[in-house]
Amino acid sequence: MLSYTLRRLLGVVPTFLLIVTAAFFLMRAAPGGPFDAEQTLPPEIEANLQAAYGLDQPVLVQFGRYLAGLLQGDLGPSFRMKDFTVAELIGKGLPVTLSIGMAALALALLIGVPLGLLAALRQNRWVDHAVMTLALVGMAVPNFVVAPVLALALGIHLGWLPVAGWQPGSLRHMVLPVVTLALPFIAYVARLTRGSLLEVLQSGYVRRARAKGLAPSAIVRRHALKPTLLPVVSFLGPAAAALLTGSLVVEQVFGLPGVGRYFVQGAINRDYTLVMGMVVFYAALILLLNLLVDLLYGWLDPRIRHE
Amino acid sequence: MSEGGLWNDAWRRLGRNRAALVAAGVLVAIVALSLLGPLAGRYAIDHVDWTLSPLASPPSLANGHWFGTDSNGRDLFARVWSGTRVSLLVAVLATVVSLVIGVAWGATAGYLGGRVDGWMMRFVDVLYALPYMFFVIILTVVFGRSLWLIFLAIGAVGWLTMARIVRGQAMALRQREFIDAAVTLGLPARRIIARHIVPNVLGTVIVYATLTIPQVILFESFLSFLGLGVQEPFTSLGRLVAEGATEMETAPWQLLVPSSVLALLLLCLNFLGDGLRDALDPRQG
Repeated sequence: MLSYTLRRLLGVVPTFLLIVTAAFFLMRAAPGGPFDAEQTLPPEIEANLQAAYGLDQPVLVQFGRYLAGLLQGDLGPSFRMKDFTVAELIGKGLPVTLSIGMAALALALLIGVPLGLLAALRQNRWVDHAVMTLALVGMAVPNFVVAPVLALALGIHLGWLPVAGWQPGSLRHMVLPVVTLALPFIAYVARLTRGSLLEVLQSGYVRRARAKGLAPSAIVRRHALKPTLLPVVSFLGPAAAALLTGSLVVEQVFGLPGVGRYFVQGAINRDYTLVMGMVVFYAALILLLNLLVDLLYGWLDPRIRHE
Repeated sequence: MSEGGLWNDAWRRLGRNRAALVAAGVLVAIVALSLLGPLAGRYAIDHVDWTLSPLASPPSLANGHWFGTDSNGRDLFARVWSGTRVSLLVAVLATVVSLVIGVAWGATAGYLGGRVDGWMMRFVDVLYALPYMFFVIILTVVFGRSLWLIFLAIGAVGWLTMARIVRGQAMALRQREFIDAAVTLGLPARRIIARHIVPNVLGTVIVYATLTIPQVILFESFLSFLGLGVQEPFTSLGRLVAEGATEMETAPWQLLVPSSVLALLLLCLNFLGDGLRDALDPRQG
């Protein structure tokens, strides 16, 4: 397990470096400097500004400084939001983004897995068809359509839940964003679980358990459940990445002060350092989550860590 | 089995798939409306109807605003179909860009194999590690936002899955006799890839392309919704949904009409794509 962990860890580092390098040089390739949008500055002041941000140095020196800063968790200052560093903005938004992301993931598993199991055990009956049709719709309708429609129906017409905003610790403010974010994942997890269980039920050891006279419910619980969940676990890595993408929309619609909002704001304002810092941060987060999923997978299925 | 036999079988299977047929019919209607709708309606997309009071009018047959108007008094019927056309255009062009890159990349890696293949696919893996939304956002930040750049950017990062699929097929084809024959004849690798590998993966490519189009539409709408996509004077379904969302308390039709068109379009494309996959490759169904 230790060597497996180390091998996985070593695989992540070059990927991360490559992403950082690509992001850095893409930003430097951009036409125009970061201060072009402001009123024309006297050359001395512009030179001072460039010096203050280290932009007068050769590109490679800048890159080296950036990497050195990165190691200490310093992503540089935001060019547009003058009083903040990128790391501060991430620190402010992260708790919000993480709490809705985690809640959505938990909801997806808690609802999606049982639905998928149910559909597989009633294959080709109406329950199965109903679940699969709903899942198809859930995956096809984008969250930026679901979000305002839910807000309109539950928030404005019925008045059950707040339409937007965020209060730390307030569950009522979390319901709509979390449900919106979770819907496509519930659908996907249900489909995945159904397909996986159907395949597992065909396998030799399940037939053997049946021949032995075990009750169907015991077969599922004792023999089929764990292997059924393997594909669901491996989906968690991409799911985490997709949740972060989805939360860009959800944070925007419901007015949540999360990381995604700063990212989108940065992109609209063309705040180079902020966007780049965010991408580096997202990349690190996603790679980390994928690593965790890999480790979990290796722990669940010994064949993988010995390959 | 002859080539004609395969395609005939595929057509027959597609014809039996009622969901796919209905989806295809609805799709044709949507495309036709997006091309002809602006002509059929009574108003241009940027015409402000000052006769209305308030400017945002609900759908009505009487005043000719069949889908209502937005808060600036512009006709939604015209705007929705013009937006649909932009969304479809971006989707088709971006899909073509990603197909060209993906097929070339995958066929080359799969045919050449060995170390070249290793490096090429490693590159794909690295790009895969980050959601490609983020790459497109970087590209829009770096190069500004224009309609052309958006589909180039989406196409330029959307080819990864295509490359993987084609590579797998190319690796299998490499083992076949007709490739051996081509090698024995002394054809250069580039010609073998272009003339013998690529034509043989086209079936798979078509199926995957029909499933890529809805993804790209979704993607473009997503960007436009966030304000990073299509800019005025153009509009797209994502932009209309975003504009509608800000007015949903007072003018819900501004949200519901473009949302319904978008949802219907995506659903039909997915049904049709699934149908095509089942028809062309029954094993995968």
